[in-house]
Amino acid sequence: MPGKLKVKIVAGRHLPVMDRASDLTDAFVEVKFGNTTFKTDVYPKSLNPQWNSEWFKFEVDDEDLQDEPLQITVLDHDTYSANDAIGKVYIDIDPLLYSEAATVISGWFPIYDTIHGIRGEINVVVKVDLFNDLNRFRQSSCGVKFFCTTSIPKCYRAVIIHGFVEELVVNEDPEYQWIDRIRTPRASNEARQRLISLMSGELQRKIGLKVLEMRGNAVVGYLQCFDLEGESGLVVRAIGTACTLDKLSSPAAFLPACNSPSKEMKEIPFNEDPNPNTHSSGPSTPLKNQTYSFSPSKSYSRQSSSSDTDLSLTPKTGMGSGSAGKEGGPFKALLRQQTQSALEQRGGSPHRFCRRREFPFFTLTAFPPGFLVHVGGVVSARSVKLLDRIHNPAFVGIMSNTRSYKLLDWNSFNSDEPETRDAWWAEIRQEIKSHAKALGCHAVVGYSESTSICEEVCILSASGTAAVLNPRFLQDGTVEGCLEQRLEENLPAGCGFCHIPYDELNMPFPAHLTYCYNCRKQKVPDVLFTTIDLPTDATVIGKGCLIQARLCRLKKKAQAEANATAISNLLPFMEYEVHTQLMNKLKLKGMNALFGLRIQITVGENMLMGLASATGVYLAALPTPGGIQIAGKTPNDGSYEQHISHMQKKINDTIAKNKELYEINPPEISEEIIGSPIPEPRQRSRLLRSQSESSDEVTELDLSHGKKDAFVLEIDDTDAMEDVHSLLTDVPPPSGFYSCNTEIMPGINNWTSEIQMFTSVRVIRLSSLNLTNQALNKNFNDLCENLLKSLYFKLRSMIPCCLCHVNFTVSLPEDELIQVTVTAVAITFDKNQALQTTKAHVEKSLQRASTDNEELLQFPLELCSDSLPSHPFPPAKEHLESASSNSGIPAAQRATSVDYSSFADRCSSWIELIKLKAQTIRRGSIKTTVTVEKTSPMGEGNFRNRSAAPCANSTVGVVKMTPLSFIPGAKITKYLGIINMFFIRETTSLREEGGVSGFLHAFIAEVFAMVRAHVAALGGNAVVSYIMKQCVFMENPNKNQAQCLINVSGDAVVFARESELEVVSTQQPAANCQPACTGGEVTT
Amino acid sequence: MTSELDIFVGNTTLIDEDVYRLWLDGYSVGDAVALRVRSGILEQTGATAAVLQSDTMDHYRTFHMLERLLHAPPKLLHQLIYQIPPSRQALLIERYYAFDEAFVREVLGKKLSKGTKKDLDDISTKTGITLKSCRRQFDNFKRVFKVVEEMRGSLVDNIQQHFLLSDRLARDYAAIVFFANNRFETGKKKLQYLSFGDFAFCAELMIQNWTLGAVGEAPTDPDSQVDDMDMDLDKEFLQDLKELKVLVADKDLLDLHKSLVCTALRGKLGVFSEMEANFKNLSRGLVNVATKLTHNKDVRDLFVDLVEKFVEPCRSDHWPLSDVRLFLNQYSASVHSLDGFRHQALWDRYMGTLRGCLLRLYHD
Repeated sequence: MPGKLKVKIVAGRHLPVMDRASDLTDAFVEVKFGNTTFKTDVYPKSLNPQWNSEWFKFEVDDEDLQDEPLQITVLDHDTYSANDAIGKVYIDIDPLLYSEAATVISGWFPIYDTIHGIRGEINVVVKVDLFNDLNRFRQSSCGVKFFCTTSIPKCYRAVIIHGFVEELVVNEDPEYQWIDRIRTPRASNEARQRLISLMSGELQRKIGLKVLEMRGNAVVGYLQCFDLEGESGLVVRAIGTACTLDKLSSPAAFLPACNSPSKEMKEIPFNEDPNPNTHSSGPSTPLKNQTYSFSPSKSYSRQSSSSDTDLSLTPKTGMGSGSAGKEGGPFKALLRQQTQSALEQRGGSPHRFCRRREFPFFTLTAFPPGFLVHVGGVVSARSVKLLDRIHNPAFVGIMSNTRSYKLLDWNSFNSDEPETRDAWWAEIRQEIKSHAKALGCHAVVGYSESTSICEEVCILSASGTAAVLNPRFLQDGTVEGCLEQRLEENLPAGCGFCHIPYDELNMPFPAHLTYCYNCRKQKVPDVLFTTIDLPTDATVIGKGCLIQARLCRLKKKAQAEANATAISNLLPFMEYEVHTQLMNKLKLKGMNALFGLRIQITVGENMLMGLASATGVYLAALPTPGGIQIAGKTPNDGSYEQHISHMQKKINDTIAKNKELYEINPPEISEEIIGSPIPEPRQRSRLLRSQSESSDEVTELDLSHGKKDAFVLEIDDTDAMEDVHSLLTDVPPPSGFYSCNTEIMPGINNWTSEIQMFTSVRVIRLSSLNLTNQALNKNFNDLCENLLKSLYFKLRSMIPCCLCHVNFTVSLPEDELIQVTVTAVAITFDKNQALQTTKAHVEKSLQRASTDNEELLQFPLELCSDSLPSHPFPPAKEHLESASSNSGIPAAQRATSVDYSSFADRCSSWIELIKLKAQTIRRGSIKTTVTVEKTSPMGEGNFRNRSAAPCANSTVGVVKMTPLSFIPGAKITKYLGIINMFFIRETTSLREEGGVSGFLHAFIAEVFAMVRAHVAALGGNAVVSYIMKQCVFMENPNKNQAQCLINVSGDAVVFARESELEVVSTQQPAANCQPACTGGEVTT
Repeated sequence: MTSELDIFVGNTTLIDEDVYRLWLDGYSVGDAVALRVRSGILEQTGATAAVLQSDTMDHYRTFHMLERLLHAPPKLLHQLIYQIPPSRQALLIERYYAFDEAFVREVLGKKLSKGTKKDLDDISTKTGITLKSCRRQFDNFKRVFKVVEEMRGSLVDNIQQHFLLSDRLARDYAAIVFFANNRFETGKKKLQYLSFGDFAFCAELMIQNWTLGAVGEAPTDPDSQVDDMDMDLDKEFLQDLKELKVLVADKDLLDLHKSLVCTALRGKLGVFSEMEANFKNLSRGLVNVATKLTHNKDVRDLFVDLVEKFVEPCRSDHWPLSDVRLFLNQYSASVHSLDGFRHQALWDRYMGTLRGCLLRLYHD
């Protein structure tokens, strides 16, 4: 009995009138935790009751403390009939379970009812007395900190970054239980809310256990998602990165770096030592090269037998390296050697590599300087699954004996049930891992997973960025900054990460390599796609911008297998086109790298939608992108020719305009300096003429002007025309506005303190008459463009400003409906940047100073994908030449050589290839895999004071929300715990509530309010890394009904203005700084 | 492609002042969009009409949701749902309770009842203010009236406390409530030249001097009938005013008064002869107004009487304002020298306020 939970109900206010006769309410409160319930007295005839109750004490296991939410129900006492519920408050007490976070939860919470929304507020005080339990076999994991933030939280230092943790739990969905037919919508919604709350608690506890096993103390980049699978159940799954974090003593010290490196050395004595590791992902097994080999310890045998029922059309279609990853037996070893040796060289001494983690994945998107050595490229995998195909005995058993929605004994069925889903994900992860290996990388960073479900079909997706990491951090975690100097010796700052990690001779996909434009020593690709944030030290020219590729494809309505087949057939084409669009748009912007790439494929009844968002930048280390050339198919037609040249002019103008707009003016580099012995790889500039029957008989035509390769678009039909048009229809944001989907905007670092987080939702109904792919594409494109335009217009008062972390989510709730949800934050910035630069210099020198101690820190690599003996780094890697011109690999993936005329040809050959592969793949699942764009390692560079912007004074007293991990102009002094909330709202009087817009508007406002109230009750004044993970909206206007589910999460923090930290005396700026400080909310 | 749903929710609720004004003015979304287009906003921002439509809809929805809270402004401050900076909250409230001069002149002094509400159509047509806006303003008057009606203490303070209005606006509301409660007639044709400001000025003087609250006689007995301290005129005072009758009824007193005034003003007044000729009429008019105030009907006609009995005669003789001031000062002061007159304090309470009012009312 290691915990005592104490709850006090103080008062209520603004309660609704429950008794029409008196216009008053006789309210009392039920406080429930687990199976214990307490009640307050009835406070008669008041809308502002003062209960001032005694302390209600619950004596509970810490396991329950982690799983269960505290449930507070406010009711109206009725002498003659049943008491009416006014509403509920769920309080997650997890933040009270670890020491540094909140000590008490106390404040006004909105009383929420799933039918009526917020109905008044209640003041509650919650405390926990925790007794230390030294039981080794405990089931709880109290004390493990969770962060949604996908970087090392600001007031902590990473001692060790252990690696990937994942878990999932499954239950049936109360909405689909038989009892749902007889109970009220309210009861059903509450059952669901409670169940999900319970499942998240349990999930978090289990992840925590894994972290403890790894000897970590925190999970960073924690991402928890729900899959509402309908009839087949409810899956709650989470991934994260286990770390050992150390709290920085002084919040003011930005990079305390290696001040006391010896300390953490002692603390973490050689972690590679055999941990008593009973972690479920099993003891290390030698890495297999085959994609589908699983370690026996994970009992995949069960899965493979049951998977016979799955479909087995699995074209494994790599975007680029997919194929190479499969077949490249011989060169793999070489790659691995290189990776190994690259690590070795940095490590300085031979290590015994110990591979304990099955998946070397990191959900982080930003890293301590020096952590990231090279970036290989984007790796992604998708898989189509049929949900109604689960024949899991355990699950069936549960269905029959769960009549109540109360949670079952998890221990009994947990071990069996999630296995199917677990296996699905394990498969995908394996896929990702092999792709990363094909790119010569031993790790995947910026890793994320998602699903899209329509009826019984589910697309599972995972993506990340293949990378080579600095082993030091994985073990001794040394601290930001320490390595910089040494890294700089090897890799000049700001370009190291761009250098290719793979072997030039055996490139996993055709790429065009040049010597790095920065250091001139190593090879870099011509474009770089990644899912991570721009490294802080990357050298960027000009500013970045949001780049989106949008795509729709109609598909026939079908059932089950036929449907799954259709989808998996469409997927590769969609991936391909999305990629092409991204590449075209990137070129049009005159940029050469994408960060924060997120490709979302959404499945609907009769269509598939693809939406890719990323932030384009111009990396100084990469070559200048060539232009886009347009070629006509029928050169004899004069007017046509004219049209083409007109288009060409327009494109060239656009590129020039964009370069100006984003201030991209790279220094001119003379040929001699480059000294390029690198042969121009042919395929990048070649033009495939339409008459060619296969890619082997390509007529080559060099269209490149000078050194710069041109990107050729051939216009041979209306489709292609449309595509070119759509390229040009993307309107740049109005002047004074920038947008990106990464944390910060490359090229802007002088943020002021005004921020505005918002969520915008749009649903359009397509007219069913003319549903063609083109019409669909146009509709979807217009929808997104108009949405962006609306945002710019709405936020015009904040100019100059930047929309950061723009996060689009597409869903297809019904046949003809498209829903787009956007969450982002607008941050103002100061045009005058002078102040910043000086500051940056100071910081940099500080970092330098700390590098001296670095030699002390030598630890073995923990994470590394194989156990080959180490080799010295081959110093002459760059001698290899002309390797890239081998074009045996289908060129379809080649980013740079896309032309529309030959698309069909290449597709056909490509599909043949897919077919071949499909045969080799074991029957059992439908799977499409897409891998790789390309990449390179990230340098370290520009943005070191992302959060150090000087900012105007402003007040506190309000709760700020931001999807970013920091608050401009402020320092986060304390993390109070994770906020993870799930709400359902339903109405049966849709018209009266202002229609669908009024309903959803009010609901989202309420969700914000509840998040803010919880943060304020924890003693915080902001939520960082806020994310709306789900917004499922369903309507039935004929019945005047609508329902919406929203899931949000973030980190509750306390921040202090920098001005306040510096100057002790803080004046209270009143009304004059209004825009900066949000809201007059009373948070007591 | 039609937009089914289109919303924008900020952590800080965005308030567009221009759109708020259009909403308050009662324009439909369509009209508001048209007006915004005409304002040239599209050219300034490069937005499209569709964007403007969506933006306007969104703001209207927000305002609609906020309206419930605006009916009880302290709720707006304490609610948790919309995070709005304090200055913006103040702006929302102030603008919501602001009213049109043209409108308030129409309903000033009328009973704030359903009957009056039915006439809003006509008022709307007459003033060119949209019916929606008329309704809002009328409902605001009525709401404030209802809340402060039964309250003790300073009218202005009560209004400020319960509606969080600025001092200026709270004073105006006090005047509106005071007029509505006493049903002063303001709509007559001969009163049309008066502005709301004129009446509000008079109302403030009357509240300060002629109500129960004015003399600081807080009723000790909580059950006493006189709850509405600032709203109702002091009945006792009105009763006492009858005593002033003697100033005009007693011929000697009247003559003495006249001679005192004339002596003092001789040579100082441009319109001396007219004054001398009219003195008795004017004095009779002013004193009769006082003595009749016991009747509700006459209270209502207070302003009509003042204009008829004093303002118009003076104006027809082209008195300059400075002369009116000199005259009124002397007229009230001279009473102190009338030995036979015992009600000096009463006279001052009456005439002090009346003098202020008359000076304000005296213009073209």
